[in-house]
Amino acid sequence: MTGVPLSWYLILSAVLFSLGVAGFLLRRNVITVFMSIELMLNGVNLSFITFSYQLRQVNGQIFSFLVMVVAAAEAAVGLAIILTVFKNRATLNIDDVSSMKD
Amino acid sequence: MNFFLLSLIKAVVVAFVLLTALAYLQWVERKVIAHIQVRMGPYRVGPHGLLQPLADVIKLITKEDLIPPHANKFLYLGAPFFAVTMALLSISVIPFGSEIHVLGNTTWMQLTDLNIGILFVLAISSMSVYGVAMAGWASNNKYSLLGGLRSSAQMISYELPLSMAVAAPLLLANTLSLRHIVLQQTGYYLGFIPRWSIFQGPMPQIFSFIIFLIAAFAETNRVPFDLAEAENELVAGFHTEYSSMKFAAFFMAEYANMITVCSITTTLFLGGWLPLWPASAGSSYVPTLVFLGGAAVALYHGLNPARRMDRLTLPVVAVVFFLIAVAFLVPAVQAVLLPFFWFAAKTGALLFLFIWIRGTLPRFRYDQLMGFAWKFMFPVAVANLMVTGLLVAAFS
Amino acid sequence: MDVILFLIFAVIAVVCGINVVVQTHPISSAISLIGVMGSLAVLYLLLGAEFLAAAQVIVYAGAVMVLFVFVIMLLNAGAETRRGRSLLAQLLGIPLLLVFLGLMAYFAQRLFPATAMVRFGAFRGGTALDVGEALFTRFLLPFEVVSVLILIAILGAVVLARKELD
Repeated sequence: MTGVPLSWYLILSAVLFSLGVAGFLLRRNVITVFMSIELMLNGVNLSFITFSYQLRQVNGQIFSFLVMVVAAAEAAVGLAIILTVFKNRATLNIDDVSSMKD
Repeated sequence: MNFFLLSLIKAVVVAFVLLTALAYLQWVERKVIAHIQVRMGPYRVGPHGLLQPLADVIKLITKEDLIPPHANKFLYLGAPFFAVTMALLSISVIPFGSEIHVLGNTTWMQLTDLNIGILFVLAISSMSVYGVAMAGWASNNKYSLLGGLRSSAQMISYELPLSMAVAAPLLLANTLSLRHIVLQQTGYYLGFIPRWSIFQGPMPQIFSFIIFLIAAFAETNRVPFDLAEAENELVAGFHTEYSSMKFAAFFMAEYANMITVCSITTTLFLGGWLPLWPASAGSSYVPTLVFLGGAAVALYHGLNPARRMDRLTLPVVAVVFFLIAVAFLVPAVQAVLLPFFWFAAKTGALLFLFIWIRGTLPRFRYDQLMGFAWKFMFPVAVANLMVTGLLVAAFS
Repeated sequence: MDVILFLIFAVIAVVCGINVVVQTHPISSAISLIGVMGSLAVLYLLLGAEFLAAAQVIVYAGAVMVLFVFVIMLLNAGAETRRGRSLLAQLLGIPLLLVFLGLMAYFAQRLFPATAMVRFGAFRGGTALDVGEALFTRFLLPFEVVSVLILIAILGAVVLARKELD
């Protein structure tokens, strides 16, 4: 075949997204949880750009660009929060920072 | 010829020239710094120390190759490999010359011309931070870690003024492809002032050039910004625990980064392969005259030698230069070598500037370095970009 | 050629993605995530989004992940120790995930006609010119809002990570 079927890109996007969800739910280290969020965002970016190709418009790429920018801002603030939590609790395990749970 | 075969041949030629240039750039650096410090530099290994790089390679290969205990093996072995890969990758988009016709094939003297050429170079320089950070982490050594962190923080801080300084001439050139950026700089004002970016209206890019050079010094970890890897600070920083070929790899990566950055400066600001004055006014004879002058100087010193060995080696140098000067007069060779001569001359002048500054300036303290980046370079780069944008919008 | 490139980089992306979730030490997860982002950049190139591919490497792989790597190195995060995991979750988790992915694949195949092929070079509207034109004319408001968002994030990060002056 001369090209790649569009559905393959969407399946890859779904695979990456579900891997991100699995990491988010299963891992205990807060930095790894955060990285799983970034993996989810990357999967969604691929989806946006695939649809941008299908509709032959640039709008999907603009959305993807804005998602990248928001992810960068979120990474900055999230990592600062992680640093503060580590300073106060001396642990990176999210099971140990559950003092607000009853 | 088949596109793949042609690209393969070009890649082999470029790789060979680049690796030789790397080795002899180190020789040039040692000689120039030695003469700045009123001493001779490498002299004994081969005539005038010309085989010194070979001796260094043999020494580094035969040294003991050790891995520190409890080091992260994958990252420890991967970091120099990654650093060298990223350093050599940027050369693939740099245009060395114009279109040439060799053996019936028409091709440009450039490995590939990407539409997003300059963004590719910025992306590779962003990725090269990882080589340093991984090396510092994987060595399981607190000094390496500190040196690696400081070095990578310095590199990402100076990426910002670098990118802003790159964006300003792009506003003038209106394209991201490196080949077209150089092609936009053809032509001459008043018949003799070249239309390079630093002279181009509506805004001559002198400030961008200076900001780019300063940021480039910081990106390549050269003096005066080399606190994180200097031998007398932090026990040589991130490459403390590296020996033999892995250390050589970091060394090679640093020189390759230097060559890349000087090539990008030449392409963006100094007109790439374009000659200094029009070919109609005789700029095609400049290489011949330069090499003839070099041959004359070598011959003169060969006839009144300061040391006994020079009676033999300097006339040989004179003969070689004379042959090269004659080669530049042959029309078939001239079409290929002349643009490359101008490119190499400009890049070489910038590399000489790098080496000159290494021999002259003291180094910054780390907090001074970071303060300089965020409090001075970044606002100046943003202001420069704004002024360029305003002038381009007003006069277009 | 398109198929070979897609398969290579899709496999790299999935393997690195699995690595992100499976590795115990955060630094290995971070390196794998950089691998995912790099291979996604190549896939964006295949889809004609050349500016986005460069932005992915410069911004995502070259800045955001550097931030992650810095934090991991500063905090000296060790490898994660396994606590008690419920056996039911382990037995059911992976098969359920595969069933979910199989359903998604089936629906994707059904919804998109087999003639919708991605060919390299078929969509040329992803150049910097097109992205810039759209970003500064039709999407100007989101662009300005997102720059204010970055400013807020910078201020937040500076305030949170600042050393307390005693």
